[in-house]
Amino acid sequence: MSITKSAHNRVLPGFGLTLGYTIFYLSVIVLIPLSALFFKTATLSWGDFVATVISPRVIASFRLTFGAAIAAAVANAVFGTLVAWVLVRYRFPGKKLADALVDLPFALPTAVAGITLATVYSSNGWLGKYLEPLGIKVAFTPLGITVAMVFIGLPFVVRTVQPVLEELEPELEEAAACLGANRWQTIRRVLLPSITPAVITGFALAFARGVGEYGSIIFIAGNMPMKSEITPLLIITKLEQYDYAGATAIASVMLVISFVMLLVINILQKWSRRYAA
Amino acid sequence: MQHNSSARSGNNTNTEPAPVRWLLVATAMLFLTLFLFVPLAAVFSEAFSKGWETYLAALREPDTWSAIKLTVLVAAISVPLNLVFGLVASWAIAKFAFPGKSLLLTLIDLPFSVSPVISGLIYVLLFGLQGWLGPWLQDHDLKIVFAAPGIILATIFVTFPFVARELIPLMESQGREEEEAALTLGASGLQTFFLVTLPNVKWGVLYGVILCNARAMGEFGAVSVVSGHIRGMTNTVPLQVEILYNEYNYAAAFAVASLLALLALVTLVVKSWVEFRMKRQEIQS
Repeated sequence: MSITKSAHNRVLPGFGLTLGYTIFYLSVIVLIPLSALFFKTATLSWGDFVATVISPRVIASFRLTFGAAIAAAVANAVFGTLVAWVLVRYRFPGKKLADALVDLPFALPTAVAGITLATVYSSNGWLGKYLEPLGIKVAFTPLGITVAMVFIGLPFVVRTVQPVLEELEPELEEAAACLGANRWQTIRRVLLPSITPAVITGFALAFARGVGEYGSIIFIAGNMPMKSEITPLLIITKLEQYDYAGATAIASVMLVISFVMLLVINILQKWSRRYAA
Repeated sequence: MQHNSSARSGNNTNTEPAPVRWLLVATAMLFLTLFLFVPLAAVFSEAFSKGWETYLAALREPDTWSAIKLTVLVAAISVPLNLVFGLVASWAIAKFAFPGKSLLLTLIDLPFSVSPVISGLIYVLLFGLQGWLGPWLQDHDLKIVFAAPGIILATIFVTFPFVARELIPLMESQGREEEEAALTLGASGLQTFFLVTLPNVKWGVLYGVILCNARAMGEFGAVSVVSGHIRGMTNTVPLQVEILYNEYNYAAAFAVASLLALLALVTLVVKSWVEFRMKRQEIQS
């Protein structure tokens, strides 16, 4: 932006009106409803809140949700980076199609993803029937939850790493090669450090999405309390039992965790942008 | 996107030996096949597993029809509202400098980092019978939660950032010289917006709207919390898929799901086309 600060700032009309409407709409749709959650939680006594949040079933759901989300985000960080690399660097048949379909998890409704993954990975499904004889049970196990989270988290890593790879200057690698580095050294010492911030950002985005995900998971999860019950499902279960206080307590813990994640992601994105520049 | 790939493949120092390249491509494609292609193909294969007759019968089911109508209604209300918000917010944020801008940007992005289940829960806490406004609403015989208004509100929440986050960076990158020129030449504020700003960001608007629409029609978690699952009344298409699936009516569930998968594919095609147009516009200017 070439024009600086307030002298020019008010040449265009409508600032007060548009900012006012923005804040009004944001408050009505997002801020006031979200604050309802914290006010409701505040009506709980501290003892009740803690008792709800550290009950074994809730702790088991946290462990499962976060564990599966980390595993899925790691898988996505590795394979998502590989997919981004292949899409940017190589030419092969079907590349354009593959590139477009990477966004499928963004566009496909989660319920459709859920029933499809459950069907494909069930013991007589297209993929499940080959995995089952190998002793790998996916559907209705924690592994199934991870598979669903890999599905929904994949585009985050690919779409974060891809633009960074595209903007890398080929001169850097040429210089490394001229200075006597072999290809592996160039990749490890020159390429990897430049894309690391983007990979970590993609990892964090995929993780945050996995933790909150509901629709694509519940069909493949099995939903056994203590074993394969994710936290969002537990919130719904509590709601259906009219345990509003319990649902709210768990939800506020999750919300605080997502706020922290958002903060971390913002910092990471600033970091990766500075690195790129 | 691949503007320099041909230059690269001719350059030996900057690429890997052919066997390594093929191994990497094969691994990446195997991964995409297992997690994307096979599930996508399975939706359609399952939908037609009992033939066209069953497929069409499943779609003609009255409950499915009312679910489609509700989903279209929900999208027809929530997408325009978020479109107007996106245009207004991007004007305020991209064209003016003011303190607290980055906080405002973070708050606009907030709905993306909230679990869909929580996005529904907050409206139950506000408008449900035990909620803040619940008793008042009941006295006045108004129903928000477990009815269409609740579904619409939850959908607006989850699709809230789509248009705004697409338009803000785009409008910022275009600066305000053109608008200032228009005003100097005597155009009114609204004329400037509709004749100068909007044409410049039209592809960004379309991009935001189709993604917003895809999410609005496909949202499951948030809507599931506020809907109450009344068949033929408060079921959207994704909830109808869930009900049919849980009743072991797989062919019908996948038939309805195939409509949503088709919507997703159309969304991806339009999205790729818009990206292509945006890139061309960028090169031209």
